[in-house]
Formats: sequence, C-alpha cells, structure tokens
Amino acid sequence: MDRISQSVVKKDHLPKMSGRSVYVADYPTEGILFGKLLHGKVARAKVLGVDVPELPEGYFYVDAKDVPGDNNVNIVLDDTPVYCRETVEYIGEPIAMLCGPDEKVVEQLRDACVVHYEELEPVLDFRTAAEAFFDYHFGHGDVDKAFAEADKVYDEEFETGYQEQAYLETQGMMAVPEESGRMFVHGSAQCAYYVHGAVMRVLGCGPTGVHILQDVTGGGFGGKEAFPSILACQVAVAAHKCQKPVRCVFDRREDMEYTSKRHPSLCHYRVAVKDGKVTAMDIDVKFNAGAYSTLSAVVLQRGIIASPGIYNVPNLRVHGSAVKTNTSPCGAYRGFGAPQTFFAVEMMMDHIARDLGMDSLTFKAAHLVRQGDPTSTCGKYHFPVPIPAMIDEVDAACDYRMKRERYARPQTGRFRRGIGMSMYFHGAGFTGSGERDLIKAVAKLRKYADGTVEILASNGEIGQGVRTTFPKIVANELNLPLEKVYYDHPDTARVPDSGPTVASRSLMVVGELLRRAAIKLREQWIDGQEQEVEERFREPDFVIPFYIDKFQGDAYPTYAWAVNAIEVEVDTYTGITKILGAYGSFDVGTPIDYNVVLGQMEGGFLQGIGYASIEKMDYDAKGRIRNNSFSDYLIPTTKDVPNLKCMLHVEKYPDGPYGAKGAGELPLVGAPGAYVEAMEQALGGVKLHHAPFTAEDTLAVIAKEGL
Amino acid sequence: MDGIRFILNGTPVVYDGSAADRLLDVLRDIFRCTSVKCGCKEGECGACSVLMDGVLYNSCCVAMGAVEGASVVTMEGFRESERFAVLEKAFGEVSAVQCGFCIPGMVLAAEALLSRNPHPTEDEIREGLSGNLCRCTGYNAIVNAVGIAAKEGDGLW
Repeated sequence: MDRISQSVVKKDHLPKMSGRSVYVADYPTEGILFGKLLHGKVARAKVLGVDVPELPEGYFYVDAKDVPGDNNVNIVLDDTPVYCRETVEYIGEPIAMLCGPDEKVVEQLRDACVVHYEELEPVLDFRTAAEAFFDYHFGHGDVDKAFAEADKVYDEEFETGYQEQAYLETQGMMAVPEESGRMFVHGSAQCAYYVHGAVMRVLGCGPTGVHILQDVTGGGFGGKEAFPSILACQVAVAAHKCQKPVRCVFDRREDMEYTSKRHPSLCHYRVAVKDGKVTAMDIDVKFNAGAYSTLSAVVLQRGIIASPGIYNVPNLRVHGSAVKTNTSPCGAYRGFGAPQTFFAVEMMMDHIARDLGMDSLTFKAAHLVRQGDPTSTCGKYHFPVPIPAMIDEVDAACDYRMKRERYARPQTGRFRRGIGMSMYFHGAGFTGSGERDLIKAVAKLRKYADGTVEILASNGEIGQGVRTTFPKIVANELNLPLEKVYYDHPDTARVPDSGPTVASRSLMVVGELLRRAAIKLREQWIDGQEQEVEERFREPDFVIPFYIDKFQGDAYPTYAWAVNAIEVEVDTYTGITKILGAYGSFDVGTPIDYNVVLGQMEGGFLQGIGYASIEKMDYDAKGRIRNNSFSDYLIPTTKDVPNLKCMLHVEKYPDGPYGAKGAGELPLVGAPGAYVEAMEQALGGVKLHHAPFTAEDTLAVIAKEGL
Repeated sequence: MDGIRFILNGTPVVYDGSAADRLLDVLRDIFRCTSVKCGCKEGECGACSVLMDGVLYNSCCVAMGAVEGASVVTMEGFRESERFAVLEKAFGEVSAVQCGFCIPGMVLAAEALLSRNPHPTEDEIREGLSGNLCRCTGYNAIVNAVGIAAKEGDGLW
C-alpha cells in the first residue's frame, strides 16, 4: 500500500464522535425565527388565494410577493420557483413560509392557512407523459442494418423506482441578515457556491451581498446538491422580509415526500444478436423528472451515456427523455442516472445469455470493453480496464462460478439460493466539458506565519472525508505533520470556487489542484511569512473534446470500475430474502485513505442493496407519496446484511492525485443488477425486469410459478 | 405540579414544563444537549437515543412525565467516561464515523449493549445496534469498532 493510502484518524472524528459538532439545527435558538413551509396539497391547481389567519406581532407570512429579486431558483435551468407562481405543480410545492419566534405557534398558524385551489388535471403516469424537459439522441454505426441481419432480436423493458437519499440529518437552512446589509446563509449542503449563486439572484444582489457557509452536514448522497439552493432562497427571502435570522429545518415526512430523489426509470432495450454476439442496441430511456427540471438534464445525460454498459456495441442508437409529471421534482442521487441504466443493461445481457444457453458471466466477459476501445460516445477508454482481474477477485472471495453453476440446477425445499454478478463503471468527474467550461475550479493554500497551512476550497465534508483527505495530500507534498494542515467547512466569503461536492470529483479534481498548489508552495516556502498560492483546473491533454449537442467525445477522462456479486436465500414460505453475502471489487485508483475509501465502498454498496431490495417508494392516484417515514420506506439496518466484503483494486489514474479517481458514487451503481440476477436464480430461472425487487414481488413470483 | 425531577448526566435537574413534552425537545431546547439528534421524531431512526437508568430509549418517544426520578445520560455526560474513551479510539481506528449524525445515538446503543453483554459476537452486536440507522457506513466499520472496543475495554463493562 502506498504511504498516502495508510489510514489516519479523521480530522472530524472527535467532534462528531463526542457529539460536539454543530449541525444547523444545533445553533442556539435565542433571537431566531422558526420558518415552516406551507406546502400545496394538490398535484396541479391554480392557487386562487390563501386565507392567512391573523398573525400575532412578530410573526410573518412570506410568499412570492416578498422576493426582492427573481422568484426563480438557479439550478441548471431556472424553472423552479422560490415560492409558487399562479399554480402549484406537485403535492408539496411551497406556497409560503410562516415565520415566528415560537415554533409551535408557527406550526399552528401554518396549519390554519386555507388555500383556495382551482384544480387542474395532473399528469401522473410518466409512461404516457407528453411533455419532455429534455430529449436526447445519439449513437453510431448502422443500427437498422444490424437488426436486419440479426439471428435474433431481443426486446425487453426494465423499470426502477424512486430512491430516497435518507441522509440521517434532514434538510435545514438558516439565513441571518448581517448589520452590513449582507445576507449570511448557512446550513446543510453539498455545494456552497451553488447556494451562493441562487441566493444572489433571488435577493437581486451582487456576489458580495451574500455569503454561504456549509455547516457540518449529516449526509448528502446527492440530496443536498440542488435542494439546499431552493430552501436557502426561501429562508433568505424570509430573513430579508423579517430582518431577523430565520431557520427552517424539515421534519422527516416533509423531507421524504417533498425533496428530490432518484428518478424512476423505464428503459426499453432492443438488442440484435448475430453468431452469439451483440451487434446492435436500440435503447430508449425515460426518466420521471417530476414537476420542475432541476438536475434532470445532467442526470439523464449520465444515464444514457452508460446505457450500453461496459460492453462493445458496434451499432448503437440511444434515445433519452426526462418527462414532466406533477410529482416531486427528482434530482441528484449517488450514481446520478447510471444505476437505472446499468440495471437495465446488466439484466438484458443476462437474459440474452440465458436464452443462448450460456452463463451470463461468460456472455458478458465476451463483450467487455478494453483499453483503447471506443466509448458509447465515440470517445476512448484511455486506460486499462481491469474488469477481468476484478471478476477473478470476486470469484475467489465467494466461489462465484461454482455457486452460480450449482444454484442453476433445479432446487427444491423451502429455502432456495441464487447468486448474481454485475460489472460496471462510474465516469469520474462531471459529464463532458463541465469542468473545463462551467466549473473552472480554483483552489488555494494559505500559509500562516506559524507554518500552519489552510486549504481554501469550496468542497464540503459530508461524511466522505475531504476534511481529512485534502489535508493528507497537502501535508504529504509539504512534508508537514497532518496537524499543521487544516480544512474548515467552506464559507464563500473566504474561499474560492473550487466547484461543487458532486460527481465523485472532489478528490480527483480538486485534490489534484491542491497537490499542485502544495508543490508550488513548497518551492516558494519562506519560513515565518504569510503566503498564498493558487491553482486552476486544466483539462488533461489526452481528453477528446466532448460535444454535448452530438454526445461525442470523451464524456469522462477516466472511469472507476467495479464488479459486484450478491448471494441470496429466499424463504419460499414467507417471500423474505436473506442476503448471505455481498462482495465487491472496486477500482477507484489509489485510495488517499484506505479506511475512508473502504467506508465509501461499504456505505454505497449497502445503499445499492437497499435500492435493489427493500427501498420502495411510490405515489398514489392523486400524486401523493405515501412512503414518507422510516416505517413505510425501509432502509437497511445492521440486521439486514452480514459484513459486506469490499476489496480495492488499484488502477492508477495519472491525472488524479497519486493516481486517485472518483470514488463516492461507484459502489451504489451495480447492486440492483447483481441482486435481481441472484433472485432470478433463486426463483428457478425466471426473468425479472424491475428493481426494487421486494418480498411482495417475490411472493407474487412464487405464487405464479408454483414454487 | 412541582416540576419533573430527574438526573441529567449526573446532575439533579428540574423541568417545569408539561409532562407531555418530549424528552428529545427538552434535552435539546432547555438543557442544550444538542448531541441528541432529531432524525425522525417517530422512534424509527435512533439518532435521539439516550440512556434512562442504563436502558436505551428513543428520547423522541419518551414523555417528560416518564422521566421523573430517572437518571438520563446523553453523550454530553457519557463522553467524560473511560468507556467512551475506549469506544472513541476504536471508532477512530476504523474510521467508523462519516457524517456523524447517527453517532451519538449509535455509541450510546453500543454502551447499552456492552453493559448487558461485555463480549458480544458479531451477530449480537448487529442485534444491539439494529435500532439505530446509519446511511453512510454500511455498518461494517461500526460493527467492527464495537467489537474492537469490547476487546480493548476488557473489564470496563
């Protein structure tokens, strides 16, 4: 193991362990106003008016009329209102905020508001939704010719559901008007500068009129990428009106029902096979975007780029759309569109293999991409693809091949077993030219006279360890003890914009900027002096420029790779599935801290297993999400799995710090494919087409197949 | 009513509010014990776990009336103990803390478990922590940390 990979005690370990860390809900409440949102109760309606009860002194009602700037939250587009316009477009859309010093009174006032609606017909079925926010086409080769010449054509559809991030700390933001007139906003968030830009626009002020601090954040997983911008705008408008600090912390039900989650998907695959090989894929991907576009464009892009999986498909046609429905807007969640399409393609390959009388692993292995091969967007896999070795590592860890063969034989008795495998990548960093053209990351190091070095960057610690791994990189280059280098939670008033904490980019992209900055500082180091150095993002020379209008070029400079296997035992009497083992080999390049990376792999893998098996969320005929608590939306507990077996395979990336690549999202992506493949085996070789595959689904198959 | 008397982290205290108030809110808002986290307010996540007379409770589901005469321990008190020091070291060694939000509750759950069973098996650790949700770690590191603490803290529990 490289020296940099050796684990240290994390910098934020002790304050978190001892309960001293201050999350946004932990600030003293003296002198602050509590904000509670008045949410719309129908999926689509004109808001004719709101009867607001008489407000005691010191209590306020805040809505769109109070927005001093533009009533639109800047995300990718700007169609999300701060407070609703003339209509509400989904159940839960914020109409107004009630604010005041006593939280219970605020709640009573909010509940006493009567909203008058003129109901409109909502669009709830995303299969038939007519309006697409985004519609993309790309491909290569001659797909029609390949289908015409095929020995056999496969045509299947795969469906996945919502997934809720379920970070343990709910969304929360606080806005504090400062004496200078500047607005200070702080709270639970991944992307301080996204919030900064959004609040500026809503308050109609310049960049110095507002500053954003990321508080200690109790988990994000994508759920705190864009949503905090919306909530920050709402509290900032309220604080602007009340001229007092306003804090709004969601309760769990509010958070589960109304905040962004993973897009439900429908993936239709037509696949041409000739001489036992896939010659073409014609793929149609549809995501349920919800009522506003938020991050759907970029989620969809990542999803469709991954849609042919890690297989060579000589002729490819892909269509992707993100359609509008009158439901909660979906957004970022770890994996960002790719878990849906990887699930579909892994199942598709498995089904074709079995139809051809082959094992799925053998069939997939025969189609694997290799270094130098073109990507789905006619870019290039510039670096080695370590999947074959990783398959062997997983096989060695769990006797995959032997078990796969054994469980394929007819099984009898109450308990039936299965094992499945998935293989996939995660494109490291932003899709396409985002880093170069949009983010343009800047990071700085400031050395103080006493020789301590502060990292100035905007990437937030959300549990993934950047407060430890960034200082490790800098301390390593400067030959300083780790205590001499520190990284605080970013405040936009004092750190440059090194970009958002998303896309598995922080360590790979910003970590490399910091490594270069540290080298620069080392070269200029003068004892006893205060010094500052800066580094800016440069795109690596080898990258084939990406054109989003054509979906052509290198969508990602490099890829993190993984192979997962999951072994299950189904109780055919109850439908309950026990996970006997979950195994993963993960290549995220050099781990900058072994424990930190392992923790990411284990945590992400279990989120993926939840997504595959028990995390079911849906809405009813009125568009209302019913699974709005931990009683109705189950996430894995300690008892749902044995210790996960995660292994690191290191394929170094020369343009990442010490060979590191993106890590955070990778481990979630492959679990549904591996799990559902295992379920197929345990259920006598049926073909399954959706995730999550729950106990109820299992019972339905048992009844239908007479198992 | 004279107020509800209980022991908070070793100190006798009185709560003058309603017996129907939640222990969670009283601990956070009145006694400023903000290590006690609110994750769901309906007894599902365990982030607000505290010890009452040595037994683990979700403080969101405890009415103040039930606290009269009890000894309540939160992380504010437990972090001063030798047992905490052992758990702290074990959690640090395996980097079992990510976002940190579940941790105070999780550590008190570990304390409750080890008090009953100083040398738990992995299955017993998983059982003992099963009422505390963590979304970050996949539980491996936490389960391993509790196992290490049980070993290193031999005799403390």
